[in-house]
Amino acid sequence: MSVAERPAAGDTSGRGAAFHSPSTEGATGIVEPLIFEASHAGRRAVRFPAPSNVAREAAARQPALPAGALRVSAPSLPEVSELDLLRHFNRLSHLNHAIDIGFYPLGSCTMKYNPKVNEWAARLPGLADSHPLDPDSLAQGSLELEWLLAELLKEISGFAAISLQPAAGAHGELTGLLMTRAYHRSRGEGEQRTKVLVPDSAHGTNPATATMVGYQSVTIPSNARGGIDLEALRAALGDDTAAVMITNPSTLGIFEDQIDQVIASVRAAGAIAYMDGANLNAILGRFRPGEAGFDVMHFNLHKTFSTPHGGGGPGAGPVGVSPRLAAYLPGPLPLLVNGDPDEVRRNAWANRSTPGALFALEEPTARPESIGRVRAFTGNFGMFVRAYTYIRSNGAEGLREVSDDAVLSANYLRVRLADAYDLPYDRVCKHEVVFSGRSQKRANGVTTLDIAKAILDHGIHPPTIYFPLIVEEALMIEPTETESLETLDAFVEVMHGIARQAAVDPEALKRAPQTTPVGRLDEATAARRPDLRYDLGAEPTPEPVHVEAGA
Amino acid sequence: MGYSPHTPADRDVMLAAIGAGSVDELFDDIPAAVRSTRFEVPPPLAEQEVRAELARLAGRNRIPRISFLGAGVYQHLIPSVVGEVIGRAEFSTSYTPYQPEVSQGTLQSIYEFQSLICELTGMEVASASHYDGATATAEAALMACRLTHRDAIAVSSAVNPMVRRVLATYCSGPGIEIVELAADLGEGGSGLTPVSGAAALLDDRFSCLVVQQPNFFGGIEPMHELAEAAHASGTQLVAVVEPTSLALLEAPGEYGADIVAAEGQPLGIPPSYGGPYVGLMATRMASVRQMPGRLAGATRDVQGRKGYVLTLQAREQHIRREKAASNICTNQALCALAATAYLTAVGPDGLREVADLSVTQARHLASALEAAGIGERRFSAPYFAEVAIRLPDAARRHATLAEQGIVAGFVLAPDYPELPDTLLLATTELTTDADIEALVAALEATP
Repeated sequence: MSVAERPAAGDTSGRGAAFHSPSTEGATGIVEPLIFEASHAGRRAVRFPAPSNVAREAAARQPALPAGALRVSAPSLPEVSELDLLRHFNRLSHLNHAIDIGFYPLGSCTMKYNPKVNEWAARLPGLADSHPLDPDSLAQGSLELEWLLAELLKEISGFAAISLQPAAGAHGELTGLLMTRAYHRSRGEGEQRTKVLVPDSAHGTNPATATMVGYQSVTIPSNARGGIDLEALRAALGDDTAAVMITNPSTLGIFEDQIDQVIASVRAAGAIAYMDGANLNAILGRFRPGEAGFDVMHFNLHKTFSTPHGGGGPGAGPVGVSPRLAAYLPGPLPLLVNGDPDEVRRNAWANRSTPGALFALEEPTARPESIGRVRAFTGNFGMFVRAYTYIRSNGAEGLREVSDDAVLSANYLRVRLADAYDLPYDRVCKHEVVFSGRSQKRANGVTTLDIAKAILDHGIHPPTIYFPLIVEEALMIEPTETESLETLDAFVEVMHGIARQAAVDPEALKRAPQTTPVGRLDEATAARRPDLRYDLGAEPTPEPVHVEAGA
Repeated sequence: MGYSPHTPADRDVMLAAIGAGSVDELFDDIPAAVRSTRFEVPPPLAEQEVRAELARLAGRNRIPRISFLGAGVYQHLIPSVVGEVIGRAEFSTSYTPYQPEVSQGTLQSIYEFQSLICELTGMEVASASHYDGATATAEAALMACRLTHRDAIAVSSAVNPMVRRVLATYCSGPGIEIVELAADLGEGGSGLTPVSGAAALLDDRFSCLVVQQPNFFGGIEPMHELAEAAHASGTQLVAVVEPTSLALLEAPGEYGADIVAAEGQPLGIPPSYGGPYVGLMATRMASVRQMPGRLAGATRDVQGRKGYVLTLQAREQHIRREKAASNICTNQALCALAATAYLTAVGPDGLREVADLSVTQARHLASALEAAGIGERRFSAPYFAEVAIRLPDAARRHATLAEQGIVAGFVLAPDYPELPDTLLLATTELTTDADIEALVAALEATP
């Protein structure tokens, strides 16, 4: 790397050395230089045509850009060839773990296989080149797809109406609580209902969302069985409660077996029952939150409906609502303005268009009670294409099988690992199971972090760790339905092996991982002395003394 | 149908291990009163069938053969290599890089993205991405409120109306007041945000002034003067910018922007009927702890090797819960990667060519429409690559041309009743001379 960081002789760009083959450091480390370090003045990947003389002459008759608004020096973007570019990103890609490479049992994230036909569909020029402001007459396919997806999500969830607009789960939460407030205001209770009740097992997004909407979040404890403490909930509910946010199945992977009473209590208090739909993958065809009495739920299309996570996004977080919240949905909604909905659905399910059917985007003034737009346009359409493709590929039968196999796989891991790790809530789980590494920590000083890092050395992504917060040394495992029995068994072997090693050689686990491109990283220094960008003007960082792996 | 690998025999093995007689037993914890009564999703489709269905829907769209529609979303060339990069499954099928040892590819590419956005904007730090430009703008305004401890914001009416609607939704949460600063849209007006109006309006109630450069009408705003007017009352300047314009226009860091927000779609992302796109946000290091969204930072591993991690996470919801700077979790990472690959592919020269060609064709277009007597520029101020043209019966002619496969830009009247018979026309490097001739001919043929 020292070679890469020093400007090469003859390099007049001032931006660093030539691209070179990745250097190998330590036992396994492959370091790819920053793209800036590969830059050579005058090198380029893409060229554009020059304006024609006709264009230039015509342009000269118009006002020029004001000199005072012009940039003095060009931005220092990298200058590389197309091949250099491609190799750089291909090499970087090799440093990632991904579903397409190996097992990814990251609890709460539903890292299932992302089918490739979905990608084919999203790239169809007729969909990808559709401008969101094209007149509706030109966008009938986009509008029909959105309308059909909303119809399917209604059927799957049991809700009365859907807005596809939110871009992610947390964005759906924001949408849900803004609608909650609009609802209470419409009843003259906007000022009085100021609290959002959140179980102690909830995702951090729930309380963070409450704050963004100006609500105060109140934590509700879990009971000894890992469910919501119904008595504590009832005691906290009152005429100051705006909403209760419930993740069901919970982040412990447990279905709230008193959910009917929970919902009834929330509604009796005049509050909105919000379901965090992050774990919908467990209950397709088994439990429809809208039918059960929830008022609002966000879907995570990037979890349940297999759109790829993309290294952190994009996702899509549509919301479904009960009739009493439908007026407040963000718009514009895609509408069927001419045609019989039953006929349009019937035809579409037979892959046919309906003659005379007409779709349109709702007018901005159509629903004055709407909370407005939560983002530009109708949402992350590319994700809608993938989710629609996935739902149609699976059909009712396939979606039921998704949840059945996800739950079966998680329970299989629950019983297979129970002899090696503590299981704080030993009961049938849904799509995920939460173990605790507390015994390993107490007996051998091996933390859950050590266990996670050791898992990396087996080519497996670790489970979610230290979440939910109510489980000490938590290991949250979500296998998903797309992993074979052989993969699950191999994972069980790895986890058993790590538990054995914790007992006999805990220090080895503290040195893990050994086989990854880099070892454990110094996060404290990263936060204390933030280095958040490549700085062209900065002095080169002095190279640390290099320590060979194993030394 | 289905992507589950389990055979009936596999399921039997698992059920036996669990000690359950059937999968149904695993759902006994759902109270009988609330179990599903129906699930009328259509039957499964084979790949060839589902392809036919998606091809049917794609075919129902009529992609215009010529389009001058922009208004915040622009059809630029997407170099083939960009699709190749984001198509890599190692990027697309990975999760948020919470385990950095096996996520260096994603983390380094985010660090490169942050660096590129800083280069473009002239700012010190950029976030790893937001949902889109509109939500990035809204989050920037909320951030300014936290930084200044003030609870009103001023927004120019020359900011994209879509962005302003999202801003209004976000501000309704914590009850932040929005005051509109009217742009000079009258007859003979410049189409710009008035500096004097800004100076008169702003005082110590306002956390920020939100201005767009180029503005919604393509006009070049006097950003130095607006920044000065804002700063006089301790008000921050939130600059909403279009990233390709920054090849030619002054970087926001140079004119004193405190926070920059942008829609990153023009950087290698297809229009895709509205998303997924990528919101950009940048600011000064002094403000970083109030900036929402993920950040990647460089550090060293236990052996001293350089590596990258998500950092300053004490701002984020999974650590801070109700005290977080925002509730944002999932972002638009793969779209940020597309932008990173795009900016790398075009480089400084290519980006300048894109901007030059877009600017030249906008002027070519305006001249051609004026020369043919079809319409005239609505505003006097210099413009970038989008121009407002007044012409008789604009909405009707726009609709007629659309049926011929020509989208003559964006009809302004629904959003700006004071601008009847005005079209907002955008050009990019993909706009050809023939496109402009075809538009002129079509408008002449549609009086």
